[in-house]
Amino acid sequence: MRYSGFRVIKEALTGHKGWTPAWRDPEPQEQYDIVIIGGGGHGLATAYYLAKEFQQKRIAVIEKGWIGGGNVGRNTTIIRSNYLLDGNEPFYEFSLKLWEGLEQDLNYNAMVSQRGILNLIHSDAQRDAFTRRGNAMILNGADAEMLSTQQIKARYPFLNTDDARFPIKGGLAQHRGGTVRHDAVAWGYARGADSRGVDIIQNCEVTGFRIEKGKCLGVETTRGFIGARKVGCAVAGSSGRLMAKAGMRLPIESHVLQAFVSEGLKPVLPGVVTFGAGHFYVSQSDKGGLVFGGDLDGYNSYAQRGNLPTVEDVCEGGMAIFPAFGRARLLRMWGGIMDMSMDGSPIIDRTHIDGLYFNGGWCYGGFKATPASGFCFAHLLARDAPHPTAAAYRFDRFEKGLMIDEKGMGNQPNLH
Amino acid sequence: MIIEHPLLGPRDAAEFTYMGDAKLIDRPDWQAQNAAREFYEYGYLRDNPAGWHEELWFHEAGDRSWLVVTRNTVTHEISKVELARDVARARGRSK
Repeated sequence: MRYSGFRVIKEALTGHKGWTPAWRDPEPQEQYDIVIIGGGGHGLATAYYLAKEFQQKRIAVIEKGWIGGGNVGRNTTIIRSNYLLDGNEPFYEFSLKLWEGLEQDLNYNAMVSQRGILNLIHSDAQRDAFTRRGNAMILNGADAEMLSTQQIKARYPFLNTDDARFPIKGGLAQHRGGTVRHDAVAWGYARGADSRGVDIIQNCEVTGFRIEKGKCLGVETTRGFIGARKVGCAVAGSSGRLMAKAGMRLPIESHVLQAFVSEGLKPVLPGVVTFGAGHFYVSQSDKGGLVFGGDLDGYNSYAQRGNLPTVEDVCEGGMAIFPAFGRARLLRMWGGIMDMSMDGSPIIDRTHIDGLYFNGGWCYGGFKATPASGFCFAHLLARDAPHPTAAAYRFDRFEKGLMIDEKGMGNQPNLH
Repeated sequence: MIIEHPLLGPRDAAEFTYMGDAKLIDRPDWQAQNAAREFYEYGYLRDNPAGWHEELWFHEAGDRSWLVVTRNTVTHEISKVELARDVARARGRSK
């Protein structure tokens, strides 16, 4: 069923009796060409692009719970492509371009809102670094603009630019950045994939891989064995425990990142503001809630909840630059599990096991990458060759010293 | 989280800096034939279990001792806290 304004009006006049489920609930078949483990944003996007762009058939997405119940439902919905390094920036710019055409492509309202993102600057050294970053973005076809304090003040009148510790001296803006309705991304990709014949199998947990003579023949699940010529894993957050079933150790630690949303307010914040020096970033959702977050808690965790010292740290950062927000009450807070990789950048690559492919290590930047991650992983699965924008996201880059370390933190995952 | 420091008693985890898996105590032999491979695995690969995990915490805002904390990564429950010095010596390091 195609969605349109005409359809909404027609259904409104006929008692909304014509809507059908957006995807089927099929029984798993015995054998597929390609099985994707993980019914999150990346897994569903991979299945969608496999079917649509790479003309693959007989594809299944296997999800242990319900689709969109992991990190695609637990993030702070920001999209951007403001990276510095060659291995990253073309990939994230490709992703942002896919976001720009996503809703027309999927025929699904994902509420893509290019309201702009602003990184605040507090010192000359930071201005130099952000000028360099902005130039790197422009060289890769993205947009970037340095804003003065006056320009920022005009757009964000509630921003405290005179904080004694971190006075705001300007900012790097990417006007094409913004926010997206995150659940709708999972649902839109699921609907698009399903309509192209992909089986989305929920409540089906992978319990192991069937590997014989170095080749992956399929997956053991709670609903029986499912055979596949190729198996792709896209379970960021749980990558460590899934790949352990294939006997692999990964350059990844799982960490918890907390996020917060306030009660609904009238429009007060037109775009996304990041205050890196104070471990705080914030945007306002279309419902009016302030959606904000900060740093990782900093220790290995699979708990999907964090601890109070980080809550205090994040809220202190918020109060420093937006004192007015102190009057808003916190509505909800939650934690998501991040695949923190050893250089802060992801992996989209084959494994040493024939027929087993891996997509993970997204740190806390997986949401914005969803379309390109799906596209590039589909490219790898269909053609056995990396997509040009994701060619650097290899497993062996750590062994070869080819790290893509945006922050220069080294192999300490909780610092990326 | 509260970490039961062996010398100082219960301390807030916020006083500590987290380092990672306590296997980092077992530094490979740099003169071994396969030292490059061993150091790659030591530096970059992790078990990352969901469940009990022995890990290094540094009491940065306290007595600056290194601890080996056995903590459950699913529940954040802590079952054992030892001085990293004692653990390392028991494994034959720094005699």
